[in-house]
Amino acid sequence: MNLNLEKINGCTVLFIKEERIDAHNSGELKEAVLHLIEQGEVNIIVQLEHVRFIDSSGLGALLSGYKNAAAKSGKLALANMQQQVLSMFELTRLNRVFDIYADLNEAFDSET
Amino acid sequence: MCNSIIQIEVIIPTQTKYLDLIGSIGEHIAKELDEFSGDREALAYHLNLVLTEATVNAIKHGTLTNPGDTVRITINIQENELNIKVYDHGQGFDLESVPLPDFDQPKEGGMGIFFIRTLMDSVTYTRQGDCNVLEIIKHLS
Repeated sequence: MNLNLEKINGCTVLFIKEERIDAHNSGELKEAVLHLIEQGEVNIIVQLEHVRFIDSSGLGALLSGYKNAAAKSGKLALANMQQQVLSMFELTRLNRVFDIYADLNEAFDSET
Repeated sequence: MCNSIIQIEVIIPTQTKYLDLIGSIGEHIAKELDEFSGDREALAYHLNLVLTEATVNAIKHGTLTNPGDTVRITINIQENELNIKVYDHGQGFDLESVPLPDFDQPKEGGMGIFFIRTLMDSVTYTRQGDCNVLEIIKHLS
């Protein structure tokens, strides 16, 4: 899975450079987030601008990251989500679990 | 009315790298339905998702011990009905016993069947000969 990691304004931002998150690559995403959290990066913003499709395993990978970050008093938030992807969060009510921001600036304003 | 008839059959190895291919077929079909008057972009996403989830389900329930195992997927559109069948060769499972996700205490798994049930009009899982068949119907009116 094509992922980029950047520190911006003191936040750890994980850019997902894939159009599709499904059961073929969601395990890799889950491991990458878990690895970050184990390294002490517990406040993470996942930037989803390029993602135009997510399945149940992709939602599960992000939920796993959210729970692991919360267990270490951190937070995993989401930004730049496309409308169709957002509708999957709404259908599963996961939009009530995650903080979802329109873009990174909105995320930084709220998180810092 | 959608009078066009589309029949597609795809057979893939039980490997998740083929999910993109299967999902993309669903997305393209939604864009080819000339007379569909609903939200085409939403239907495209939903068919992509449902085919992806159903195929993952078949791969998971397939015979993991047999590396030559395959999943067969058929898609038929006739008049206003879209019919998807996904065949696996595994032990099968009880579709009726799959619970709704717990929205207050969300868990990582168990959302796939929920998506199929929510986005489509009918779902059944039955034994036919040496296969299990997940049959999904969507009315395209």
